[in-house]
Amino acid sequence: MTSPDIAIIGGGNAALCAAITAAEAGARVLILETAPKPYRGGNSRHTRNFRCMHHGPLGPLVDSYSEDEYLADLMKVTGGKTDEGLARLAIRTSEDCLPWMQDHGVRFQPSLSGTLSLARTNAFFLGGGKGLVNAYYRTAESLGVQVEYEAAVTHLELDGERVTRIDYTRNGETHSIAPKAVVVASGGFQADTDWLARAWGPAAKNFLIRGTPHNRGVVLADLLGQGVEQVGDPTQCHAVAIDGRAPKFDGGIVTRLDCVPFSIVVNKDAQRFYDEGEDVWPKRYAIWGRLVAAQPDQVGYAIIDAKASDLYMPSVFPPIMADTLEDLADKMGLPAAALVQTVHTFNAACGDTSGFHPTELDGVTTTGLTPPKTNWARPITEPPFYGYSLRTGVTFTYLGLKVDETAQCAIGNRPIANLWAAGETMAGSILGQGYLAGFGMTIGTVFGRIAGKEAAAHANAT
Amino acid sequence: MQMQPDLLQEARRQAEICNACRYCEGYCSVFPALHAERAFSDGNLTQLANLCHNCRGCYYACQYTAPHEFDLNLPQALANVRQDSWEELAFPRAAGKAFQQNGVLIAIATVIGFALLFWAARALAPASGEGFYAVLSHNAMVAIFLPAFLFPLVSIAISLRRYWRHIGAGPFRFAHLGEALRQAANMKNLKGGHGDGCNFEDEDRFTHARRAVHQAVMYGFLLCFASTSVATVMHYLFDSPAPYGLVSLPKLLGISGGLLLVVGCVEMIRLKLRSDRALGATGAFGGEIAFVGLLGFTGFSGLALYALGQTAVMPGLLAIHLGAVLAFFLLTPFTKMAHGFYRLTALTAEAGRAAGSG
Repeated sequence: MTSPDIAIIGGGNAALCAAITAAEAGARVLILETAPKPYRGGNSRHTRNFRCMHHGPLGPLVDSYSEDEYLADLMKVTGGKTDEGLARLAIRTSEDCLPWMQDHGVRFQPSLSGTLSLARTNAFFLGGGKGLVNAYYRTAESLGVQVEYEAAVTHLELDGERVTRIDYTRNGETHSIAPKAVVVASGGFQADTDWLARAWGPAAKNFLIRGTPHNRGVVLADLLGQGVEQVGDPTQCHAVAIDGRAPKFDGGIVTRLDCVPFSIVVNKDAQRFYDEGEDVWPKRYAIWGRLVAAQPDQVGYAIIDAKASDLYMPSVFPPIMADTLEDLADKMGLPAAALVQTVHTFNAACGDTSGFHPTELDGVTTTGLTPPKTNWARPITEPPFYGYSLRTGVTFTYLGLKVDETAQCAIGNRPIANLWAAGETMAGSILGQGYLAGFGMTIGTVFGRIAGKEAAAHANAT
Repeated sequence: MQMQPDLLQEARRQAEICNACRYCEGYCSVFPALHAERAFSDGNLTQLANLCHNCRGCYYACQYTAPHEFDLNLPQALANVRQDSWEELAFPRAAGKAFQQNGVLIAIATVIGFALLFWAARALAPASGEGFYAVLSHNAMVAIFLPAFLFPLVSIAISLRRYWRHIGAGPFRFAHLGEALRQAANMKNLKGGHGDGCNFEDEDRFTHARRAVHQAVMYGFLLCFASTSVATVMHYLFDSPAPYGLVSLPKLLGISGGLLLVVGCVEMIRLKLRSDRALGATGAFGGEIAFVGLLGFTGFSGLALYALGQTAVMPGLLAIHLGAVLAFFLLTPFTKMAHGFYRLTALTAEAGRAAGSG
């Protein structure tokens, strides 16, 4: 095709929101999606909800969720490492986004079974993120947006204040286009494990990547290499502890393990290393990726007994099972004597368990144990015993492009006249560390729409 | 009963992945039932399979379909178990095995139906009679069609009893059947949860096409059936035998039902030809198309008989129409027609489960 008004690099939620917004403003839009069609949508295809501020019931959301409460939740998980201006912009705009999403084909459903704690704050997509992605592609195509799959952008030519050319390859051929405006929405770099290893050290080679294998940070590296302003720490990312048997890429939601609060978690030397009962699992889900990453070989082992086996969401792979702790240790490759000793020490530190309550902080704690288990501490005594291996699963990295409140990129203090960024590739502007469930989709939707609007205004004016 | 273990195992593998994901919870009746289990018995899987209306919403929304290594295709996995369950639970089982997947055999059975009626019209030609009864006497029709109507009912009843036991359903309650009838009456499970319809003829686009066409077939059939039933009542209770005038109840019901049935069946076949067969039961496509064709042809020959009943072609048309009706009735437990009965039973059992877990 001849050069479009706007090229959008990436094919996930942020890219699609930008494309739809720009096309509705009258611009001719081209999406360059590096994945083949069945894998289009980047990490968005694995998402499930959208965290949304609201005054009173909205769509599937109950009660209300104020800007201040939302911001407080963000401050808690990031330890204050955020840009409050951008954070408030994302939060405030989220309320307008939900009806916009519905108008553009997204359908919601009530909070999923097992996720009732999110019914007030997070709107769940019917069918999950791939359903959302499908709906947006249908909408974008009906607006005349062109989509090229397997189009891998290799370089953006910058002449100091604007992007003058995009180079990409497709079916082994090299193409160059010169659009009036460019939106980068091609995610983080987590699928490039060499880059991860440069940031994390060799331990990163043992990480699993929960989402798309296509987010290799090619465009991000290209832009940062040309002096575009960056934000975020390369070691910061959304990482959770997932089933160690998960595939290297694209395991998605099913590989999560919810058994940790009812378990003890040991490292490969069969030693405990953190309070498994610190808080309810949804609130602690996102810290265990880093905890496991800090252990030898970046692996952990959650051990439960028969009385805990039905207390958590079913796992995609069945647990390893044995009638004795020694056999379980053998099957899991753990030192048997050390595991038995750890369990005995833990069991001896358990006290009165009559107040055990699986869905509340029950205060059933160990005494005199380091580290303690401060809730749901019941002795592991009842065979059969079950075990899961845990590995670090990276969702997305936070090192990215620094943007302002119009989603525009910059070199030094000078904005780049025709370059905007949205989604995970700029989420580090708001997420300095930690993660808040459903906030990635909020950032993508809010800044995707802003980027699309700004890019279209620029394209229409030139 | 011995259902195919490889089909069950594949459905179990997929159901376990779905149970760890749950993104599709809002689409249909399958997922709340699936999410209520931690492990899946053969009976659980058979029930899930018969709850599934093959709306395909879950397939197109699934992040784990091929080329992903998990290779999910739940609509097909459940369609295969469902198809197998209809064959294994059929009474007699051999008839289910023979016809369910075999369009050629269904066609042959229909032709035999024609031949039988031509033979009956010749061999049992009445001495006198009016209209259709000049071709075949009322008594001869009853002698042929009463057993042909009762046999499928008995057969289906035996199968459903087997089904109910196999899935381990709780006690039967009319309230649960009422809930199932309500869901079937508006085809709730083809609405997609959001009310936008289902995916079928155009990949992930949601439309009401299949739901509308299904309802045309279903209500068309029910109107035709009502026409026959009303005529039977008029014949026996009101001493008012056929033929009936155009504004009579049997004719009004029959003509409207016949038109709906014919249009519905033609459109259903067109939709099926545009759909992705890899999301349906493996190898059952021919049997399904033949069944829809037979159903549509039964309606069409009935309409033709209304239109040409006063002409010289009437005796031949009557034999063809009655032959089609005969084949349709006798094949009901062994063709796609059986699905309606299993669906209703599955929805009834699910209403009971949901009420119990309340």
